[in-house]
Amino acid sequence: MKNMIFMLFVLLLAPIMPGIINKVKAFFAGKKGLPVMQLYFDIFRLLRKKSNYSKTTTWLTRIAPHSVFAATVFLCLLIPFAGKESVVSFNADFILAVYLLALVRFFLIMAAIDAGSSFEGMGASREAFYGALAEPAFFSGLLALIFATGNLGFSDVFNGVTPSLWLQYPAPLALVVCCWFIVLLVENSRIPFDDPNTHLELTMIHEVMILDYSGKDLAMLEYSAALKLTVFASLLVNLLLPWQFASSLMAAAVFTFGLLLLAVVIGVIESTFARLRLIQIPKVLLGSGALGIIALVIMLSGK
Amino acid sequence: MKKPVRLRNGSLVGLDQIEVFTNEEFYSLAADHFAEGLRLLAYFAMNVSHEKHLFMLLADDENGQVEILRSKTKSHMLSLADKIPAVVWFEREMHEQYGIEFAGNHWLKPVRFSSAPERKGLPGVTDYFSVEGSDVHEVAVGPVHAGIIEPGHFRFQCHGEKVLHLEIELGYQHRGLEKMLFGAPYKNSRWLVETIAGDTSVGHATAYAINVENLAGFKVTAEAEIIRAVALELERLANHTGDLGALAGDVGFLPTASYCGRIRGELLNLTGLICGNRFGRGLVCPGGTGWNIPTGLKEELLKRMQTIEKDLIGAVELLWNNAGVMARFDDTGILPKEDAIAVGMVGLAARACGCGIDSRTTHSYGAWQRFKPVISTERSGDVFARASVRWKEIKESFRLIREMLKSRDGFSGEASVEIGELRPDNFAVSLVEGWRGEICHVAITDVNGKFRYYKIIDPSFHNWFGLALVLRNEEISDFPLCNKSFNLSYCGHDL
Repeated sequence: MKNMIFMLFVLLLAPIMPGIINKVKAFFAGKKGLPVMQLYFDIFRLLRKKSNYSKTTTWLTRIAPHSVFAATVFLCLLIPFAGKESVVSFNADFILAVYLLALVRFFLIMAAIDAGSSFEGMGASREAFYGALAEPAFFSGLLALIFATGNLGFSDVFNGVTPSLWLQYPAPLALVVCCWFIVLLVENSRIPFDDPNTHLELTMIHEVMILDYSGKDLAMLEYSAALKLTVFASLLVNLLLPWQFASSLMAAAVFTFGLLLLAVVIGVIESTFARLRLIQIPKVLLGSGALGIIALVIMLSGK
Repeated sequence: MKKPVRLRNGSLVGLDQIEVFTNEEFYSLAADHFAEGLRLLAYFAMNVSHEKHLFMLLADDENGQVEILRSKTKSHMLSLADKIPAVVWFEREMHEQYGIEFAGNHWLKPVRFSSAPERKGLPGVTDYFSVEGSDVHEVAVGPVHAGIIEPGHFRFQCHGEKVLHLEIELGYQHRGLEKMLFGAPYKNSRWLVETIAGDTSVGHATAYAINVENLAGFKVTAEAEIIRAVALELERLANHTGDLGALAGDVGFLPTASYCGRIRGELLNLTGLICGNRFGRGLVCPGGTGWNIPTGLKEELLKRMQTIEKDLIGAVELLWNNAGVMARFDDTGILPKEDAIAVGMVGLAARACGCGIDSRTTHSYGAWQRFKPVISTERSGDVFARASVRWKEIKESFRLIREMLKSRDGFSGEASVEIGELRPDNFAVSLVEGWRGEICHVAITDVNGKFRYYKIIDPSFHNWFGLALVLRNEEISDFPLCNKSFNLSYCGHDL
């Protein structure tokens, strides 16, 4: 029950994450910026609108937003939030989690190709390529954690990440944090890998795939994107805040604070980094995968 | 063989004194002189008593002269494209305007889709160069773009992310400006030329004014020349600042993007202080300038410039000190110097490839004869070079404006002067270094002292070709950045 409430709380909280990132970016640019709650307003506005479909599209375009939304929310059931317990957990549930993410990607790509636009086709091709590299990178970090804690399954793994584990394996865990942070930025199309605010279709990855969506469909996709960001951020926060709290209220407060702080960090990175050339992204992703492997190797060598 | 006529920037020659060569002489002179290092300025056809004459203007940057070659046309001419690649656009233009065939130029598509007799198509509705094969795909961008910019169509032939070929299709903004100037000067002509390219109002107005004054045998006062030069430099400052900000924005580097956006506004305000219009409309007119810079205004300008310069240095230093931005700018969109010379690049894009062309220095005129700018160049020819040349020119412009403003207590524009009738049957050329590059205006009068022909060449007309070349073998995702680093004018090209 407690975990369910936490999950619902995170579902509610998700749209504030992009809001905070944008506020930090505005601060660095010397601007006032959009309200932190802007994505909530946008989603409510879009929900009141009808979706328009191009005549060239098929049922794929219509089911994609629902599938993406459903898969992302389902994913949240498996992710441990505050208190480090997920609503549903079983051995090796992380495999289901990663494949739910793959399902999200699959539907986005299919819908983008369905639109028949050359821009969206390019975006789909990029998403598939970078996704194929981001997945192993994520797994390599997870592998290191599984080895460190000796547990399979998200909840058990994160319950195993304790202050004493950090003392035992400081360097490998730090490497996993770096690895996952890069995966977070790539998976959620943040600078330096993608620019969520650009208007230049030729340079986009994620945004270009949802160009043809409007109304309720767009609301679902925007919300799912925010939720996906929150999911990745939650994993990192769980890793970075290993303490257990007796009071679940305290745990929730610390966890929320961690999430918001991570949003600020992402905002700072977006404000101070320029975008990479697209050809450089695979190299960075391979590098981040290597970080996870190195973490594993360090632990295997007994240090 | 007879020798071709040579002119200085801002001077004129009688139409009958321009040597008419045979076609063969014309071709060989043009090809030889281009090979010797002269640069194509303009190439156009004009009706002279029931015959069409070709005029080719070549710039000799070493001696500061403009050479004029002239020849009668036949219905079938030879293309010079294999010897002077820079003529391609001009031959297409003439084919469109007069139906002249240039044998050897296989791509005589209209450049503007104007009212050419046999071509009544809409802009963009035409054949495109295409590549076939597995994994090759075509991407069409525009004419309606996601940002608030002008219309233009870009057709990419790609292999995966790599661009094999880019074809740029313009002409959506064709207004018939040159034709509107036939029979001029009219009362509205000076206003019309300011709209050739809205961001280069002062540049084009100055080029026009120089031609008119020149044909009228009128000498502008040194004070008015300084006001024009100050306005031209302010225009350069504002646009270069905006471009540096936009370049930062394209790579997602927000701080410089936002600060430069604001500072550009401050710089436009300086022009606004002088003439009441932030884009310098109405400032330059034949005979002088429409507005003065009295002592008080001069002090105000100098004072504001100080703060602006300080802010701008702060904003742009952020850009140079960011390794990510530099990594993105370096080696992106390289234009080799040989290619730049071959396609006749001008202005900052040419200087970024190491060509020392700056008509303020190489074809010095007006106030520039006293206040000599240093030509800012870079060698790498990439996005970084084009950004760096902009920054060097910004610093140089601040220095020049200060020096010019401090040279006197105040400046009077003498707007009310009557400049008199234009000399009949004369040929005048003016070159003005606008912020984008060299603006070339050619005015030819008829027996009544009205314009028989007026040719406008915005730097964009030369440079779009360069942008297309830069994209070859480049990543398609780098196109917006490369495009921004050139920042060419659509309406200046379309006229």
